[in-house]
Amino acid sequence: MDRAGERLPGKLVAVEGLDGSGKSTQVYLLFRWLQSRGCRVFFTEWNSSLLVREATRKGKRRQLLTPTTFSLIHATDFADRYERQILPLLRAGYIVLCDRYMFTSFARDAVRGCDPAWLRRMYGFARVPDITFFFRLPLEVALGRILEGRPKLKYFEAGMDLGLSPDITESFRLFQGRVLDQYLGMAEEFGFTVLDATRPVHSQQQVVRQIVNQKLDLATFHKRFVQ
Amino acid sequence: MSAKRCFGNAPAGVDVSKLSGSLIVIEGPDSSGRSTQIALLTEWLEQQGYAVEQVGLKRSTLVGPELEQAKQGNVLSPRTLSLFYATDFFDQLENRIVPALRAGFVVLADRYIYTLMARDIARGAEPEWVSSIYSLALVPDAVFYLMVSLRTLVERTFQSHADLDYWESGMDCGLSRDWFQSFVKYQRRMRTEFIRMQKQYGFVPINANRSVITVQKDLKAHIQQVLDKIERPVYHE
Repeated sequence: MDRAGERLPGKLVAVEGLDGSGKSTQVYLLFRWLQSRGCRVFFTEWNSSLLVREATRKGKRRQLLTPTTFSLIHATDFADRYERQILPLLRAGYIVLCDRYMFTSFARDAVRGCDPAWLRRMYGFARVPDITFFFRLPLEVALGRILEGRPKLKYFEAGMDLGLSPDITESFRLFQGRVLDQYLGMAEEFGFTVLDATRPVHSQQQVVRQIVNQKLDLATFHKRFVQ
Repeated sequence: MSAKRCFGNAPAGVDVSKLSGSLIVIEGPDSSGRSTQIALLTEWLEQQGYAVEQVGLKRSTLVGPELEQAKQGNVLSPRTLSLFYATDFFDQLENRIVPALRAGFVVLADRYIYTLMARDIARGAEPEWVSSIYSLALVPDAVFYLMVSLRTLVERTFQSHADLDYWESGMDCGLSRDWFQSFVKYQRRMRTEFIRMQKQYGFVPINANRSVITVQKDLKAHIQQVLDKIERPVYHE
C-alpha cells in the first residue's frame, strides 16, 4: 500500500466549496486550459466510482445510511478512485484535478456527528493536495444560487437525516451553514487557497490559472506525444 | 445489566449506555466449526429462555450483495475492500447488533472486527489505520477463538469442499501460485495475527481440534459464566 508522504512526479489540485459556489465551473475551465497547453492532466469527481455507486444509491434511496456508514461508503468510493486512478496518475506524472476531495467528507460527516479525528485517520492514506482551492461564498449567496432554480433537493443533500427541520429547504439552509463553518475551520489546517467566489467567473479563473502557473512547473507536464 | 462501551468513541448518534443484552463473538478460520457451534449455542440459549440474534460478516442489506459481487470480480484494491467490509460491518452493528442488545438479546456474532482487521493486516494495511476505523465498534462481552491445527484445518476443508476457497487461500496476496502453498502461508499469517490480537484483546482460546460436543461443552461453560456475571436475577418473594 502507498504512503501518503512519498514523493511523486505528479501534482494534485483539488477544489472545494459549497454547492453553488461555482467550483465545478472553475475546475472545468482549469482543465480546459491545461489541456490546451498540452499538459498531461486528468479530471476526477467525488462519488463517481462505478463499483460502489450502486450501493450508495441503494442506501440513499432507502435512507438506510447512518452518519458512520454514509461516511464509510464515500471513503470506499474514494479509496477505489484513489488507488486505481489518482495515485497511478500521480506516479505517471500527471496533474490530477479533483472536484471535491476528502475535505468534503471532513466537512459533511463532521456536521453529521462523526469524530473529526476518526475521519482524518480514515483518509490518512490520501495525500494532501499540492493546491486546494476553496471557493468562498457568503451562505445566503450560495443558498440563493441553488434555491432560486426551485430544485428538487435530495434527502441527504439537504441533510434531512440530521432532523434539523422537517422542511427540506430549511434543512438545506441549516445544513449548508454548518458545512460552511466546517470548511472555514479547516482552511488553515490544510492550507486552503481561499478565493472570493462572488467575483465574475473569468476573473476568478484568471487567479486560479495564475496560482497554478506559479505553484506548478507546467513545462514539466507537457505531453511528449502530440496528436 | 452490563455496561457497554466502544473501543474508542461511539459511532455518531449511537447511545451505548442502555444496552442490556450480551454480545458474544466466535472467531476462528473457515472449517474451524464456527457455524456448527453457533447453531448449537443458539439452541441451548433458547432452551434457557434467552432471545438470540445471529450476525455475521457480509450480511448487511446495505452492501452485502455488492460486496459479494466485488469479491467475485476481484478488482478492488485491498484498501477499497477493507473499507467496503467496514461499511458492511457498521451497517450491521448499528442496524442489527445495537437494536438487538437494546432489546436484551444475546447476540452471537459469527466473526467480528478481529477477522476483518487480521485480513486487512495480512494484506498490508497499517495496523493503526485498521484499528482506528474499528475503534467505533462495541467491545464484546466475550470473544472465543476457535484454534485448530493447520493439519486439522486442511483435512476439514477438503472434507467439506472439493477445492480451496480463493480468499481463504489468500490467492490475492501473491504468496504463491500454488493454491495449497498459498493456503498454508495465508492461514499461518492469519494465525500469527490472531495470536497477537489474543494478547491485546483478551480472547478466550478454545482448542477446536476436539470433537464438536467437547468444544460445545467448553463454550457453554464459558458463556454461562458470562451470562451469570451480567445478569443478577431479582427474586420476588
